[in-house]
Amino acid sequence: MSLFSDDHGSSFYDFLVSRGQDLLRDAPQAGGHASASGPQSSSNVPAFPHGTTVLAIRFQDGVLIAGDRQATEGFQVSGRRIEKVFRTDAHSAVAIAGAAGPAIELARLFQVELEHYEKLEGDVLSCEGKANKLGQMVRGNLPMAFQGLVAIPLFAGYDLKRREGRIFKYDVTGGRYEETEYYATGSGGKDARDTMKQLYRRGLTEVQVLRIALEALYNAAEDDVGTGGPDLVRGIYPTVKFIAVDGLRDVEESQIAAACRTLIDERRERA
Amino acid sequence: MALPYYVSPEQMMADKAEYAKKGIAKGRSIVAMECADGVLLVADNPSASLHKISEMYDRIAFAGAGKYNEFEMLRKAGIRHADLKGYTYSREDVAAKSLANAYSQTIGSIFSADPKPLEVELLVVEVGQAEKPNELYRISFDGSIIDERGVAVIGGKSEALMTFLKSRWTSTSISLREALRLSVDALDTVTNQKLGAEVLEVAVLDRTRPGRTFRRIASGEARVLLNSP
Repeated sequence: MSLFSDDHGSSFYDFLVSRGQDLLRDAPQAGGHASASGPQSSSNVPAFPHGTTVLAIRFQDGVLIAGDRQATEGFQVSGRRIEKVFRTDAHSAVAIAGAAGPAIELARLFQVELEHYEKLEGDVLSCEGKANKLGQMVRGNLPMAFQGLVAIPLFAGYDLKRREGRIFKYDVTGGRYEETEYYATGSGGKDARDTMKQLYRRGLTEVQVLRIALEALYNAAEDDVGTGGPDLVRGIYPTVKFIAVDGLRDVEESQIAAACRTLIDERRERA
Repeated sequence: MALPYYVSPEQMMADKAEYAKKGIAKGRSIVAMECADGVLLVADNPSASLHKISEMYDRIAFAGAGKYNEFEMLRKAGIRHADLKGYTYSREDVAAKSLANAYSQTIGSIFSADPKPLEVELLVVEVGQAEKPNELYRISFDGSIIDERGVAVIGGKSEALMTFLKSRWTSTSISLREALRLSVDALDTVTNQKLGAEVLEVAVLDRTRPGRTFRRIASGEARVLLNSP
């Protein structure tokens, strides 16, 4: 019986790799890039993904994760309402920045990975376990990153053992770093982080943290061409999700719209 | 080298079938029943952690009776099959029919080719979306596949259970509580004892839930359902 002669544990990702079907690693291998190592090839890897601002902030009940909705192709806007924040299971979400194709694929595969593990083992992965697995999957994308197709996730989850929200950021090599307060990535990440640095404090409420997230995204959209602001004409607003002990919850668009309008009215008065 | 004795194919298959049947007859039984809420699965299983019933995909559940290591291996292979299909195409393309077929092929070829047949019986059930009917497939140790309606039973006392349930199960409109009571009554009858909620493994494919419809009913909740008037 050869059903399980190759053992890939409970990982769907490893199962795909063992079948040679890993879409992330199947990068077109141009001109010996894959074997190239050292400084000459590392210059091809952009230090951070272009376009997009996604962020995560911890608050008293857990963690908030949010992102803008704009996709760019060079100097053109290629999409105004794409989703960059994905629910990955009941207590975690991934926000993506970088080349849209591999990044969305990464998020989708990670969703299946978590569900697959849960079904096979009859138990959910720990928050730490999810973060580590995502790191391995980002590392799997390294050959593509060498060709400029960088896909970097931002992971937010609620740790049911520690009873707190947690944020993990990644680099292109799959390096995994935990952030204790907030983090933002993407081309507008710096602007968003600056805003959050000014406004963040411990023990924020849901209303306060939503306001900070929208303010940070607004500032990022003002100063970064790759980030889209709230679009009042078309009614497109950032995606925001809360993750707390009772699970992940999408913030209603009407609530986000109202908060955005308040924010813009206040800016108008100041101007 | 001495030549092996000649054994006719009929004899070989009959021996294998008898062996497999004996193995399955030792095990406890599992009932799947259509009800208004979806499909209810009830297993006589004293272990709280070694499951016989499992989630397979959004609207599909699995139950295995017989030898634990064998149906556990088949369960995992099925989840891989379903997840791979859903990832490659779309979540709505994963169907119980295709899974039941894959099981039937695998178990059937092992039955005819391997010296030892699998001592398992499986159920693959799918709850219909909106107005679509449910699907209940029973797969035997020899790979034969039976498309059941209303009630499906596997395990040691399956024939006695089926006789008991055939006359009592009326329609798909019975409530979850009625279905659970009827299933437990049937299991009580064939085991000649009163089974408490703590030795039952209960799960439901809940028609009304969006996305993943599989839900385990913990023994506390099962007790409430069984005892409430």
